[in-house]
Amino acid sequence: MRGLIPKSDIKMIILKNNIEKLSKNLSELNEVKGRSLWHDARVRFFKNKAAVISVILLSAILIFSFIGPIFSQWTNEEIDWGVLGDISTLGYPSIDSGHYFGTDELGRDLYSRVIQGTKISLMVGFVGALIAVFVGTLYGSIAGYFGGRIDSIMMRLVDILMSIPYMFVLILLLVIFGRSIFMLFIGIGLISWLDMARIVRGQTLSIRKKEFIEAAIATGVGNFTIIIRHIIPNLLGVVAVYATLLVPGMILAESFISFLGLGVQEPNTSWGALISEGAGTMRYGTIWQLLFPLFFFVVSLFSFYFIGDGLRDALDPKDI
Amino acid sequence: MIKSKTILSVENIKVQYETNNQFIFPWQKRNIIKAVDGVSFDLKEGETLGIVGETGCGKSTLARAIIKMVPTCSGKIIWMGENLLTFNKNKMKKIRKEIQMIFQDPLASLNPRMNIGEIISEPIKTHFPEISKIELKNIVKEMMLKVGLLPNLINRYPHEFSGGQCQRIGIARALILQPKLIICDEPVSSLDVSIQAQVINLLKSIQKNLNLSLIFITHDLSIAKHVSDKIIVLYFGKAVEMNLSKELFSNPQNSYTKKLISSIPSFRNSFLTNNY
Amino acid sequence: MHLLEINNLNISFDTPEGKVRAVNEVNFNLQNNDSLAIVGESGSGKTQLVFSILGLLAKNAAVTGSIKYQSQEILNLPEEKLNNIRSKKISIIFQDPMTSLNPYMCIRDQLNEVLIHHKGLSKHEATNESIRMLDAVKIVDAKNRINMFPHEFSGGMRQRVMIAMALLCNPNIIIADEPTTSLDVTVEAQILELFKTIQKEFNTSLILITHNMGIISDTCKKTLVMYGGRIMEYGFTKDIFLNPTHPYTMGLLETMPSIDKEYKILKTIPGNPPNALEIPLGCPFSDRCSHKIDICLSAVPPVETIDTTKQNRMCHIPYQDLLS
Repeated sequence: MRGLIPKSDIKMIILKNNIEKLSKNLSELNEVKGRSLWHDARVRFFKNKAAVISVILLSAILIFSFIGPIFSQWTNEEIDWGVLGDISTLGYPSIDSGHYFGTDELGRDLYSRVIQGTKISLMVGFVGALIAVFVGTLYGSIAGYFGGRIDSIMMRLVDILMSIPYMFVLILLLVIFGRSIFMLFIGIGLISWLDMARIVRGQTLSIRKKEFIEAAIATGVGNFTIIIRHIIPNLLGVVAVYATLLVPGMILAESFISFLGLGVQEPNTSWGALISEGAGTMRYGTIWQLLFPLFFFVVSLFSFYFIGDGLRDALDPKDI
Repeated sequence: MIKSKTILSVENIKVQYETNNQFIFPWQKRNIIKAVDGVSFDLKEGETLGIVGETGCGKSTLARAIIKMVPTCSGKIIWMGENLLTFNKNKMKKIRKEIQMIFQDPLASLNPRMNIGEIISEPIKTHFPEISKIELKNIVKEMMLKVGLLPNLINRYPHEFSGGQCQRIGIARALILQPKLIICDEPVSSLDVSIQAQVINLLKSIQKNLNLSLIFITHDLSIAKHVSDKIIVLYFGKAVEMNLSKELFSNPQNSYTKKLISSIPSFRNSFLTNNY
Repeated sequence: MHLLEINNLNISFDTPEGKVRAVNEVNFNLQNNDSLAIVGESGSGKTQLVFSILGLLAKNAAVTGSIKYQSQEILNLPEEKLNNIRSKKISIIFQDPMTSLNPYMCIRDQLNEVLIHHKGLSKHEATNESIRMLDAVKIVDAKNRINMFPHEFSGGMRQRVMIAMALLCNPNIIIADEPTTSLDVTVEAQILELFKTIQKEFNTSLILITHNMGIISDTCKKTLVMYGGRIMEYGFTKDIFLNPTHPYTMGLLETMPSIDKEYKILKTIPGNPPNALEIPLGCPFSDRCSHKIDICLSAVPPVETIDTTKQNRMCHIPYQDLLS
């Protein structure tokens, strides 16, 4: 709403007509706080119940991954020889034995392994999204702003990279350079920024035509300053929404690779690896080995999707 | 009487656009639209030039060509004796201090993510980065007073203001570097009728105080007549008539000018002829 | 019998920021073959007023009062019944011809849609009728143009297409919401001329909404001046122009620079148009009025009818005092 001024300022508006009186009283007037678009978006976001619950759940999972180890009685590598041989009865989840989530096929404590897996999977998701945001946003906004040949070359590069079968490259990298978390990050980073670059370029093209960009050019502001000061802040809405929807994608990709057996190496584990193992032993009655990692996996993914939806509704394009 | 000097001299400017798709072979015909087709005029210190015409006549393109925001194919833009078209980027940056612009849609010309303090101070930050934050704030507040805005609203965002106030912010931003010429691209067309007069009066009083030159682009002839010393009428990129304001309206020469003037609704006459 | 009768209409909206009172206590009539101009700036409520006639308001709107079309109450009518009124009896032309037409459908399909739906014509009959209507709004070469898409038309021509669409079912009332705001001066003159011709040819009444008083003198018999959701003045256009009785109308007429006059400095109405959430108690114009007295700030002015001209004015200050 234009001109939305709280009642407390109406008196000052009437004063506006007497500028002379005003300048004498200038020192007595306090500066009014502005209400930015981010503030409005924040208010709208917190009205969305699903999104708020998702934020709480996700934070809980994050906190769990940091604080959880304090309560665990076993490390993620230790093998409990006592339960070996009869996992389906002895490896059952119980508070007494210290295996809160039960044990896996090799007798290792599932609780610690799930914490380990949570850390790794979330890290993969966040790092992938972070790379996508930084690299993709800069790349896309530069291509979109300058246009012409620069834009063509940059985008054709993106097209070429996109057409390379992603899984194939990732598996190749992992096989050649060995399985490590670092390799996983590189592989996922190589792919994650491409879509973001395309989206950001599209947004930049429409923002570039707006009058405040013309005004900045007419003022003599440099090109890169315009990109950073004017274009990127107006993109962040779309970027934020897309980034939260990217994270689950990263986690899923990593899970798939781990499912194939090419993901993180033992004793490190991830949700995908745990789910893979759990699915394999389901028929032996040790269903907790599947359910616990699956629960965390599903809850996190749903939370990210709801948060992404909530962000999209909150950052209504009408405001941009 | 001191003769005011000519600060801007535009000679036979031409701006063309190609409307083909990105890639065509060299032997294929290129679709060329002549947005501005040979316009020339002079502008003196303290003078106001009105550019009138209908949609598509090239007035906005002409304005942007003068400050090199669109590329010019041929012609000269002589500012203070030097041809701007020969300037490189660095030299042009210095000139941007002296020529500023005000836009048609007041809200769209302000970055919605910056508060108005940041918006108005941006020109100074760009050209004089060494000025301290406190001094910057004082300069901005002083300018806000001059254009009729309460200085304590400095942290507000553009969407919290009305159209007329947003245009005042745009004017403050244009004035803050003390330019010699301001190009106004239909500055009041999207404002309410009762606010249009306020903004026009503000522009005129600022012009008087600072001896500013103005190029005022509009499609509203009544406003053009009041604001301008001399007027150019554009039609499909060509200047069909240029004359002193009063002369143009009392004695239009070109048929298109006559058609424009006759289309202006004049209500007093219609009551005498119409019977309800 | 009045063709359209509006009594004590109040429209308010429930928004997260509070209750917005867009229109307050509006009363006016429209007769057969009548023409009414509704003049007001942003925040005056004029668009919400006409939207309420056709039931086009947003879901969070609350409307009270009475809207009668040919003595039948149409306010808050259910959708099916309202659809009989829309386009057939009362049709509307929206403000921006650029966005009122579907860019993916050719003109013929858009015009036919109205006829096939409301009149039940076949596609062939509908096309013929559409061509006839395009001729009536003076679109050259209608037979071939009808196959084109909106982006191939200029602004003025698109507006003519909108007018043709509004006329297809021969409505009794056409509402035009700022039809010429986005058009050039020469095209505006042509469209206004077209409105006059259409009124005579098709015997329709016209409600023209605008913020530009300059264009209504030729087209509308009566004028309604609105500000901040209330009617400030209502009467014959000629009387309102030549003898305005309200400070707002006087101010509006004075701020329009005329070609025939010379001005040193333009007369203005100080202040800004009202913010719908913060409409002052009393007269909505009070904070910008140069004639205001104490009671203007606290009490809503009464409606007064001037005997000689039958003008209605809503002001605390007697007419004679304003003239001095």
